Amino acid sequence: MTTIKMKIDGRQVELEKELFVLDGARALGIHIPTLCHYPYMAPYAACRICVVEARDGKGWSKIVTACNYPVWDGLEIHTSTPQAMNTRRVNLEMLMSRCAPIPLLQRLAEEFGIDKPRWGTGKDTCILCGLCVRVCDEVVGAHALAFGDRGIYRSVATAFWETSDDCILCGACASVCPTGHIKMEEIHGRSIVHSEISLGSNSAISLSFRQAVPNVPFIDPQKCIHFNTGECKVCSKVCPKECIHYDDQDQFEEYEVGAVVMATGFDSFDPTPMKQYGYGKYPNVITAEEFEVMNNASGPTGGKILLQNGEEPRAIAILHCIGSRDQNYHKYCSRVCCMYAFKFSHLVKEKTSAEVYQLYIDVRSFGKGYEEFYLRILDENVNVIRGKAAEVVLSGFRRGEEGHLLVMCEDTLIGKFREIPVDMVILCTALEARKDAKEMARKLNISVGADGWFIEAHPKLAPVSTTTEGVFLAGVCQGPKDIPDTVAQGGAAASQVLELLCQGEIMMDAAYAVIDEALCSGCKMCNDMCPYTAIAFDDAKKVSAVNSALCKGCGTCVAACPAGAIMARHFTDEQIYAQIEGMLS
Amino acid sequence: MSFEPRIVGFLCNWCSYTGADLAGTARMKYAPNVMTVRVMCSGRVDPAFVLDSFRAGADGVLVCGCHFGDCHYVEGNHKCMRRIAITKRILKGMGIPPERLRLEWVSASEGARFQEVVDSFTEQIRAMGPMRLKEWAFVPEQVEAATAAHGE
Repeated sequence: MTTIKMKIDGRQVELEKELFVLDGARALGIHIPTLCHYPYMAPYAACRICVVEARDGKGWSKIVTACNYPVWDGLEIHTSTPQAMNTRRVNLEMLMSRCAPIPLLQRLAEEFGIDKPRWGTGKDTCILCGLCVRVCDEVVGAHALAFGDRGIYRSVATAFWETSDDCILCGACASVCPTGHIKMEEIHGRSIVHSEISLGSNSAISLSFRQAVPNVPFIDPQKCIHFNTGECKVCSKVCPKECIHYDDQDQFEEYEVGAVVMATGFDSFDPTPMKQYGYGKYPNVITAEEFEVMNNASGPTGGKILLQNGEEPRAIAILHCIGSRDQNYHKYCSRVCCMYAFKFSHLVKEKTSAEVYQLYIDVRSFGKGYEEFYLRILDENVNVIRGKAAEVVLSGFRRGEEGHLLVMCEDTLIGKFREIPVDMVILCTALEARKDAKEMARKLNISVGADGWFIEAHPKLAPVSTTTEGVFLAGVCQGPKDIPDTVAQGGAAASQVLELLCQGEIMMDAAYAVIDEALCSGCKMCNDMCPYTAIAFDDAKKVSAVNSALCKGCGTCVAACPAGAIMARHFTDEQIYAQIEGMLS
Repeated sequence: MSFEPRIVGFLCNWCSYTGADLAGTARMKYAPNVMTVRVMCSGRVDPAFVLDSFRAGADGVLVCGCHFGDCHYVEGNHKCMRRIAITKRILKGMGIPPERLRLEWVSASEGARFQEVVDSFTEQIRAMGPMRLKEWAFVPEQVEAATAAHGE
């Protein structure tokens, strides 16, 4: 790697030979304004704002563009000579004659002291910097954009000015555009995810959430440009630790364990099918979970409660029991919603001056201190209305108040139908069993109830154990419960696991099968029956024997034995015959 | 006095017995005609138990196990299903209508299904009338006649 020595504004700098003047200036921390430069693309010198004066120290001098003028030994650069500044000013004035109102140019004009551009002001928003065209070519590799036409008609265009088939909708052009000329719009049914509207977009590489464990970003291959075109790789260029591996694959790891605690939690009910509440249709109808994300100080709005347009809401309706206590969806009560809904109204009152409406079926403030909190909320001027919301509609359809929402409900305490105008609706959605709960239950040989929650061994006497020894339940996967209950159950499950592990030995159930050697004919019929391979054939004695540690006592072998040589303890043939006889006599 | 069938029910400990328990704790009403014998697994149900129940005077026998894939002992219910199929053929050969033996899958959460199974089976046996095993001598002609009556 050969290096050269040069000076910028009198300061000495040593640079690699392949670099350009602008790189040198940035290395020294000298500011040169530019509009068309992007670190991971070849310099293009389109805006011509970065012009500087180059000298060789012997009298030769020239005005050059810093971004693409290669450095050489002995070069002297002067970034703010009258010649350079004048050229910049002229170039800026020419840009303004095309598109003056852009804030970016306005700021530069202020810097250069241009009050009135000599050649007038244009109203275009594209400065033809070519960032979009180049990012599409060099970084994304989609080649969907190019410059079309010539001279004063030159513009950024897709091929033949038609909707491009090559465009992969990555949005890279819109994100590099310095003027906001390129916007992402919903055309031809590209669906924008609802949370993207209300809570900001998710980029292709992101943390799943701030408190995620492990707290490392991941790449969404669906959104990532590299996985769509094979190009880009900007993230790997930026990362100083070289942590980005595009060829990483999901891996399965096997662990041998003595006990399992199921703490798989819940899924949130998707309110989209409940068309009457307009979730997914009206951007300001959000779920409680989305509100929590927004309310988080490290969330996309920095903890501010905002509408989609960035304004503070003036009235918020919080709708209880969306999907729970509902014959059409889940009959059970999700238990946590009442209290978090009250917490929400408390937070809204604390952060904004918005009016809050709570629409409930019944208030279920069952825990310690909960009723007191409910009473406190009532004192905070929250409108608590008994009646489930029937519908959420745009009030623009009714009153000319475009963009605002109307919550229709029956206030059952005053016996009147009400229409409540609000800006934001929060849906307190039901807690649902995980979609793969059944599959998981099957893997661990435990049971799921009709609602999909795992069933405990006994509702009162064994609330954390399951029908499979060594498998325990903790949290909502067993049924809706709030944080204190979840923590208590988790603690109980952990102590049960410790009990198992600390003992070092396992208490066996006394119900297992025993083979009477005198009766066994050695037919081996039972050997294949056993799902636990607990029965082995003793070649010396020519009889089968049960390993009582492996036997679970199901009795399948007992029923199969043609000689009647096997006895299932606690469920012997005699006992069962006696039961039959006793019942029918 | 109307005929009250006496039915012996063999319930597996993990699914059907728990399901029956659930029906009980949920205070669901079902016919009291089924008297239950708890076994650890439906695979424990020896065909001899079924025959002995009929000998002892049962009008019907109900065997309940876990749904396929849910068996606590992996596949005891598969074995049970095969044994019940054979038992039905034996019953037929003995002149006992095989419909008097029924196999059902009831999971631990299906209290309502247990109620429905018990009620429908009781109704079915009530309609079939009492077993008259004792009146029958095992004369080959009678067995053949009975077999023919219930179709091959």
